[in-house]
This record gives sequence, structure tokens and C-alpha cells, in this order.
Amino acid sequence: MENINLENAAENIEVSEQENEKKTYFEHYNARTHVYGRLGLIIGVILMVGFPFAMGLVLDAMPDMNAFLKGIIQVAALYIPSCLVEFLIYTPMLGAGGSYLAFITGNLINMKIPCVMNSRDIVGAKSGTPENEIVSTLSIAASALTTTAVIAIGVLLLIPLQPVLSSPVLAPAFNNVVPALFGALAYKYFRKGVKIAVLPLLIMTVLCVVMPSLIGSVGFLVIPSGAMAIGVAWLAFKSDKKKEENKEEENKQEEDLNA
Amino acid sequence: MSVLSQLNSLPIYLICGTIVLFVIVMSVFFMVRAWRAGTAIGMDKAKLRRVVTSSCTFTLLPSISILLGVIALSGSLGVPLPWLRLSVIGALHYETSVADIAARGVGLSGLNASEMTLKAFTTIALVMSVGIIWSLIFTALFNKGYLKKLQTPKKAAKSGGKSFGDYAMNAMFIGLVAAYIGSYVGTYTSTGDYMPLIVLVVSALVMAVFTFFIEKKNLVWLENFSIAGSMLAGMASAVAVGALV
Repeated sequence: MENINLENAAENIEVSEQENEKKTYFEHYNARTHVYGRLGLIIGVILMVGFPFAMGLVLDAMPDMNAFLKGIIQVAALYIPSCLVEFLIYTPMLGAGGSYLAFITGNLINMKIPCVMNSRDIVGAKSGTPENEIVSTLSIAASALTTTAVIAIGVLLLIPLQPVLSSPVLAPAFNNVVPALFGALAYKYFRKGVKIAVLPLLIMTVLCVVMPSLIGSVGFLVIPSGAMAIGVAWLAFKSDKKKEENKEEENKQEEDLNA
Repeated sequence: MSVLSQLNSLPIYLICGTIVLFVIVMSVFFMVRAWRAGTAIGMDKAKLRRVVTSSCTFTLLPSISILLGVIALSGSLGVPLPWLRLSVIGALHYETSVADIAARGVGLSGLNASEMTLKAFTTIALVMSVGIIWSLIFTALFNKGYLKKLQTPKKAAKSGGKSFGDYAMNAMFIGLVAAYIGSYVGTYTSTGDYMPLIVLVVSALVMAVFTFFIEKKNLVWLENFSIAGSMLAGMASAVAVGALV
């Protein structure tokens, strides 16, 4: 009997030693992930800022810094909050390695997030666990490599088609890429939030009709329009939350009565 | 040599290709590390293999839709820049709208193939890449500290639930789209140019058809093509109207 107890105790010690080893290994892995991830992103930032200047050298046409400042103020006002929200929401789902890779490879909402969710379901990993960390990183890396391969093959096939794509017959199509995008997005987002869309749509339309000079600065108009929409969304969020709370209270009262 | 052919020249391909190659190397490096760590902590190799293969197959269709995005932008920006922007950090809706804002900043009437100049192109490229860089900066600076704060699985799961963040993200896009639609109506009433409005309506209608098949006929795979497909239909309508008028 004593021997069996001793054997069990020895086995338990061995198991806990193995677990400790795994834990230490994973902690080391995670720490290195942050080092490599940060290094990768810093190189990425330098490359992304540098390449337009490299193109400028090749084409003998450096970027116009005044126009750049004008454009970047509008873009930053719109996308800094959006990037911050994306970072706060998606980082916990993606884990350390996953988020370093996902933010540099892009296409988060339409591709990387659903891909990671799918992989997590396959393995049954939960957020915040080592398994989730591994699965997210593997999934995003595989997804990024597939996308890069598909686009690269497509681009190679596109080269012989260039004369067709730049023909005058197709010019109206390429002059209207933006309205084409916003038509699709309008249907997608407006049906999700008709109430949110009415006010900014009405005010922006009236503004542009009455003051056509504003049309050229549509990038700036996006800021008040977005602010209006977010304001209405805040009211909708509050009212939905209140409704949910009321419903919960009603259910509770009903349960109490039944009891 | 036309502007578009210069934007499609070999040196521009090489510049963009170098950055794409960097992202490939980074992905392979992270993948190999994760695989080794997974096996070291005792995860089943068959499961890890399934994660990789399912991620590849899952991504195949949306990747083709991204390729359609490259085609959509290639007429005004050439092939290499959209290839780079949609392979690294970018997403189609971001790239198109930012390119348009940047083009207006340069003095063009919008993202317009016929008005493109080399200086406008490099400026647009700079606005596009600097404008989207914030999530990289936030991640490089705050990822470690933020994840440390969210150590427990419960907290992490809670952050993924429906919050005001979901409402705000939708609202922001609604605001963006509303401003642009207003500008198209204003363009029509002030100059008589109805083309953007026609393209917008056709694209929205085709999106509605996509949504019908996705939701009512359960053809979920179509979702991967809905935005790019609607855009191409809207653009095709511009060619048809241009040929008729």
C-alpha cells in the first residue's frame, strides 16, 4: 500500500514537473513572440513609409508634401479611432503572435477574424490559452500565405491584360470605382442601421446640394457625418441596453411569480 | 510612355515585391515557431495540420475577391500598388476611399484614371500607407501590456462580445458612406454628372441580390464575393452607360 502511494506521489511530481516545463517553455515562447513581433512591425512601418519615396526616386516624382499633409489629416481623423477600436477588440481574439501577423497582413474583418474563429472551433481552443495562441498564429500565417500566393498568381496573369484594362472603353469603369464601392457598402451598412443612417445622409445630401463647393472636401465631411452617426448609435446602444435590462427584469419577475 | 505604363514598370513591381516578400518571410517564421511550440506543449500534430489546411481553404475564396479588388484599382493606380496595399495591412474598402481622399488632396477631382500624374500617384501611395499604419504602431507599442491585462480567458472572451465598439464601427462606416452619397447627389445637381449615382445604385442593387442569395438561399460562400462582385457590376454599368450615351 505504501509502495503504491509512493509511486502515485512520484508520478504526480513527474506530471507537475512536465507541466512546469511546458509552462516555462510557453512563457519563453511568448516573450520571444513579442520581441520578434515588435521587430517585424517596426521594419514593416519603415518599409511602408519608405516605399512611396523609393517609387518617387524611380519615377522622378517625389510625393507632394503639402498635398500629403492635407490628405493625411483627413485620413488620420477617420482611421486613428478605427485602428484603435480594431486593436482593442481584435487583439484578445488573436493573441500575441496572431495580432502581430494579422495587423501587418490586413483584411482583418473580412478574412483573418473568421479564419481564426473557424480554426479555434476545430481545435476547441479558448481565448487566452496557449492552444489559442498557437492556433491563431498558425491560422493567420496560413491565411496570409494563401492570400499572398493567390494575389501574386493573379497579378502575373494580369500583366498581359494591361492593354485591355487601360483601354478608353473601360475608362468610365475605372473612373467610378469609389461610387461602386460605396453602393455596395451603403446597402450592407444601411440595412444594419437604417435609423443611424437617416440623419447623416439627409444632412450631408442637403449640404452638398446647397453648397457644391464642399464636394471637393468630402474627406472632411466624413468627420461630422461619422460623428453624427456615432452619436445616434450611442443613443441606439443605450436604448437597446435598457430594453434588454427591462426584459431581463420582466423575466425575473415572471419566474418569481411562477415560483 | 503613358503614366499607367510607368506605374506598371518593373522597378515599381520590384519595390512592391520586396515588401510583399518581407511579409511572406515574417508569416513563414511565425508559422514555423508556432508549429514547434504547439508540438512542444503536446498539441496533436493532426489537429495542427487541420488548422493549417482549413485556414488555407477558408481563405481561398476571399483571396480571389481581393484579387478582384486589385483589378478594380489597377485601372487608376496600376497593378503593383494595389497588389502591395491589398497584400499588406490593407482592405479594399479602406484603400479605395483613402486613395480617393488623397487624390482630392493632390487636386484631382477624385480617384480618376484619366487625371492621374506621377506626382499624384506617389502622394496617394504615401497617404494610403501612412494613413493605415496606426494599427501597426498601436500593436507594436501596446500589444504586450494590453494582453497582460487580459490574462484571464473570461475577460478576453468578454471583449469579443457585442459592445458599443460594434455599434461605433458600423456607425463610422455609415457616416463615411453617407458623406460620399451626399457628394454624388451634390455633383449631379451642380454639374449634371449622373454617372456616380448610377454606378452607386447598380452596385447597391447587386449587393441586395447577393444578400438575398446569401440569407434566403443559404449560399454563404457568396459572401466572399459580394463586395467585389457588386463593385464590378457597378463599374460594368458605367461602361454600358458610357457606350450608350
